[in-house]
Amino acid sequence: MKTIAVDEHGYYGDFGGAYIPEMLYPNVEELRQTYLSMMQEEKFQRDFQHLLRDYVGRPTPLYLAKRLSERYGVTIYLKREDLNHTGAHKINNTIGQILLAQRLGKKRIIAETGAGQHGVATATVCALMGVECIVYMGEVDIARQAPNVARMRMLGAEVRPAMSGSRTLKDATNEAIRDWINNPTDTHYIIGSVVGPHPYPDMVARFQSVISEEMRYQLEEHTGRDYPDAVIACVGGGSNAAGAFYHYLNDERVRLIAVEAAGLGIDSGESAATSVLGTEGVIHGSRTLLMQTEDGQIIEPYSISAGLDYPGIGPMHAHLIKTGRAEAIHVTDEEALKAALDVSRTEGIIPALETAHAFSALDKMKYNADDVLVICLSGRGDKDLDTYMKYLDR
Amino acid sequence: MNRIKQLFQNKQEHILNIYFTAGYPQKEDTVTIIKALAAAGVDLIEVGMPYSDPLADGPTIQESGTQALRNGLTMPLLFEQLRAARQSVDIPLVLMGYFNQVLQYGFDRFLADCLKAEIDGLILPDLPLYEYEQHYQKKIETAGLSMSFLITPQTTDDRIKKVDELSDGFIYMVSSAAITGAKSGISDQQITYFERIAAMDLHNPRLIGFGISDHETYATACKYAAGAIIGSAYIKALAAGDDVTTTTNQFVAMVRG
Repeated sequence: MKTIAVDEHGYYGDFGGAYIPEMLYPNVEELRQTYLSMMQEEKFQRDFQHLLRDYVGRPTPLYLAKRLSERYGVTIYLKREDLNHTGAHKINNTIGQILLAQRLGKKRIIAETGAGQHGVATATVCALMGVECIVYMGEVDIARQAPNVARMRMLGAEVRPAMSGSRTLKDATNEAIRDWINNPTDTHYIIGSVVGPHPYPDMVARFQSVISEEMRYQLEEHTGRDYPDAVIACVGGGSNAAGAFYHYLNDERVRLIAVEAAGLGIDSGESAATSVLGTEGVIHGSRTLLMQTEDGQIIEPYSISAGLDYPGIGPMHAHLIKTGRAEAIHVTDEEALKAALDVSRTEGIIPALETAHAFSALDKMKYNADDVLVICLSGRGDKDLDTYMKYLDR
Repeated sequence: MNRIKQLFQNKQEHILNIYFTAGYPQKEDTVTIIKALAAAGVDLIEVGMPYSDPLADGPTIQESGTQALRNGLTMPLLFEQLRAARQSVDIPLVLMGYFNQVLQYGFDRFLADCLKAEIDGLILPDLPLYEYEQHYQKKIETAGLSMSFLITPQTTDDRIKKVDELSDGFIYMVSSAAITGAKSGISDQQITYFERIAAMDLHNPRLIGFGISDHETYATACKYAAGAIIGSAYIKALAAGDDVTTTTNQFVAMVRG
């Protein structure tokens, strides 16, 4: 197997790079030249680890889901990223990036958000550090994720609606990039997923890699070996999956299962299943798989979950899927809703709608009875209660 | 010699380059607008390939692109229109768009269609210099197309020299840190930047774009560069006017002053 790693130009195989207008070049180049050395500084690591432990609440538990395991006849562990402060894995990355932004001397933070989890995580670290925060969010997502909009405002962030295109995550990302073009010197853009121009995909994956780092020693404690047979994670842009896969990327004993949102069905025209519907192209600064017309116009994706409603995937995931290192599984809205209800009543954990897709993969994948599976429980479902209630009341 | 090089050989100042989005306001306006701009005495035309997600552009150009796509403008149709326009105009034509459009159309097919329509140059703002050198420069040069890269007030001198080395035709000088159509008027800070670049003695002529919208800003730009590029202001005029030919004549007359 070829080693999976990013090269100096930000490529994973055919995917990655930094396709950005010149207006963004100085910012991205400054980051590219400094991110690795800054992240490796002793002081940075001390600040980062301290905040992860005492502010975020890490390590998150690796929980043996007994009732779920019995139901599926296999051993299932849940990596409880939902127990992080602010309720999702997103904060691992925003803590890291705000520390970088401080070292770069940036006074203003911008971010994009779909489900609102990344927006809340960004607003949180900005409040923590006393920095101005502007979060771009599609007008449609603002309507369907009201609790998170309220949280961001409570935390002092300004939520700016993205009104172009489908008015969802893709458009929020466009608006954030434009803001960055207009404010090139004092602003840092905290991208929330493993997407965007190099070095973002690699940088975000490194910040999220704390997930698989903890999984290794926690699995060792629980099972006597530091790897599972499979890691299962939902993929929109793919940051929780990148974090959960990270230390196993080059360990072929571990199957990597990337679960995408099929929406109303892959062939329905209302889907976000990029690995099937996508072709090679450039979106938001990197070469990856994306949903597009034969003229290269980006197709509006659809998923009931705002966090998976993205027309591309991160370049690392595109590479993992294209080379067969990761298996892609597709879950419809309906299947995800059912899984969310099942998990809530089996384990007493209400997962985020995004994460519910990962749970639903258990019905679709093959495994042996003695396998150990880890599901990355990327976030909690409080923000999705409205949607869940509509499903329950049907 | 391609028309862009010829143009700059014959004329070193007051070059007026007008951008418009193909297929806007109406799908069939592309040819009419090219003819009208040429007849009105514009020196160079930048034809925008409408794109769903134009990162470097502001709301005016994005909306014109969205409308053009809604009108049904496709890449094959665009090339058909450009071939038709070429029958009656000899003005240099530059295609501007985003790299994904070229990739998806097929790079070789794109170049072949540019040759058929006698396109003279390309502006692809999100194509990195590194990618261009590694994969595309040879083919574009062989096809005889001029490539224009952007510089901004934040671009370092070393990088400007690199851009000068890789550009062929003209350098697109972004007047300020902004998306298109964001600002109007030219500040002292911008003038300092224009003077700094003018003093660098670059091989390529420079055209100043972003924030050029009327006679005053055009005239200022012409003091510090070979000329200027206007986009959003012309799109706004097209949106407000009735007849594209009349609007074009009035707009060009207003800019030239």
